[in-house]
Amino acid sequence: MSFIEARGVRFAYDPTDDEPAREVLHGVDLSIEKGEFVALLGHNGCGKSTMAKLLNGMLHPTGGNITVGGADTADESHLYEVRCRVGLIQQNPDNQLVASIVEEDVAFGPENLGIEPKEIRRRVDDALKSVDMYEYREHATYKLSGGQKQRIAIAGIIAMQPECIVLDEPTAMLDPRGRKEVMDTIHTLNREKGITVVLITHYMDEAVQAGRVVVMDSGTILMQGTPRQVFSQVDVLKAHALDVPQASELAYRLRALGWQMPDDILNEDECIAALQVCLPPVSAGKGEAT
Amino acid sequence: MLSDITLGQFYPGKSLLHRMDPRMKLLLVVAVIVFIFVASTFTTLGLIVLLVLTAVLLSGVPFGQYAKSLRAILFVVLFTSILNLFYGSGEALVQWGMMRITMDGIRRAIFVAVRIGTLIVCSAVLTFTTSPTQLTDALERLLTPLRKLRVPVHDIAMMMTISLRFVPTLLEETDKIMSAQKARGADLESGGAIQRVKAMVPVLIPLIVSAFRRAMDLAMAMECRCYGISARTTKMRQLHIGTLDIMSALLVIVVAALVIVGNMLLPGWM
Repeated sequence: MSFIEARGVRFAYDPTDDEPAREVLHGVDLSIEKGEFVALLGHNGCGKSTMAKLLNGMLHPTGGNITVGGADTADESHLYEVRCRVGLIQQNPDNQLVASIVEEDVAFGPENLGIEPKEIRRRVDDALKSVDMYEYREHATYKLSGGQKQRIAIAGIIAMQPECIVLDEPTAMLDPRGRKEVMDTIHTLNREKGITVVLITHYMDEAVQAGRVVVMDSGTILMQGTPRQVFSQVDVLKAHALDVPQASELAYRLRALGWQMPDDILNEDECIAALQVCLPPVSAGKGEAT
Repeated sequence: MLSDITLGQFYPGKSLLHRMDPRMKLLLVVAVIVFIFVASTFTTLGLIVLLVLTAVLLSGVPFGQYAKSLRAILFVVLFTSILNLFYGSGEALVQWGMMRITMDGIRRAIFVAVRIGTLIVCSAVLTFTTSPTQLTDALERLLTPLRKLRVPVHDIAMMMTISLRFVPTLLEETDKIMSAQKARGADLESGGAIQRVKAMVPVLIPLIVSAFRRAMDLAMAMECRCYGISARTTKMRQLHIGTLDIMSALLVIVVAALVIVGNMLLPGWM
């Protein structure tokens, strides 16, 4: 069995005064192996954030079930275990820091678990080093940049030593530099500590870097596979009004014009290489029509 | 203007005072504040001023920071001093009708100004050298005996930590909303008091709405980090009373004793 297994997961939010109960997930099957890097893509409102909250037991499925390491997330007696194994990072870095000082914030999780003070100290130092924020340990959290705050939030989860972190659009509120810092951190954690990563994003360039891409559309899984498999199906994605990486899209449109472009282009470098093959060399073909 | 509130802002450092146990610091500051009011002569008050100045020097925090916190209450100091100026008894130096200034009044005015000033600087020493979390931590531990009376000490401390954490965030947000409303033509500065309070409504409503949204997010983040799941919690920072703390306590006790003796022996205002 996989580390995280979702079988036929349905979910509906409780009805409110304004709207009746609305089912946002209609039977999702998803398995995630240990050490994987999975990107979860989809529109706003396709249920991907709900999926994130289901994975660590913040919400319980209204149908089907989710197990983490064999433990059912809906079972209250496993709550502690599930939360320790799967950490959740949210979008807004400002709203998930609890303490005013960096290291005190990172210590918050382990303190709640009742871990020995010496061990907390060690874990906090380790966690801060792993997100490259150790030298900021005594700084005030509100003076940090968005990217730094988000890395502190990640350190706060890492200090609880989870096996998996779920990140719900962690870079949506950051500037390009902050985005890069956070993405680098996530990749390092995945590569060096073997932490399973579930990255929910709407940035295609982030999804391209994942090991597996899962595309969700209106509460179900539309398709999944390696980035190359998924983004080569440009017409399917387009039909569901989903984005594709710019390089893939350019190749797709050139192919439609009859160009000999491969159908699995993911990034700029591959695109340039393919274009160079298609185009005659500059020195020989200057001014000549193709 | 919103960003220069220094009261309650921690100034990271490694001075003797930074290294003291926050519980002891808190208790001693309370004691000193009590004795600022016990001291009734210039000599004894002077002793305390000396003690507080020593602390200021030891804190390693630039004087400018203290000056800033003093400036923040300048108006209060002036107001109370001027009020006291007219309360003196004895022979009038200057007199306009009902108002008269006496030597005694001048003494009172200076005394009150020094008293309030020392009070502010003394609490500033505490807040500059102790992080807000340390401070709430100290309070939590000092209040632990109240747990027996079913007072939720841990939750109260958590609430304090969170409010302290969100003060700068919400201030920044207020600034942003004010700019946003100004950009939309809101007039926040002119008009009478009532007009200006009314003008603040379009600032406060988005602020409150956003505070609720933040609270929801934070509650989730705290749950993700297992808040309230385990009955047994620990603290990363262990506190212990060291030699430094005992020495400081002794120093404060000596000064306190001198203040009491001085108050009794010294005549009048001396």
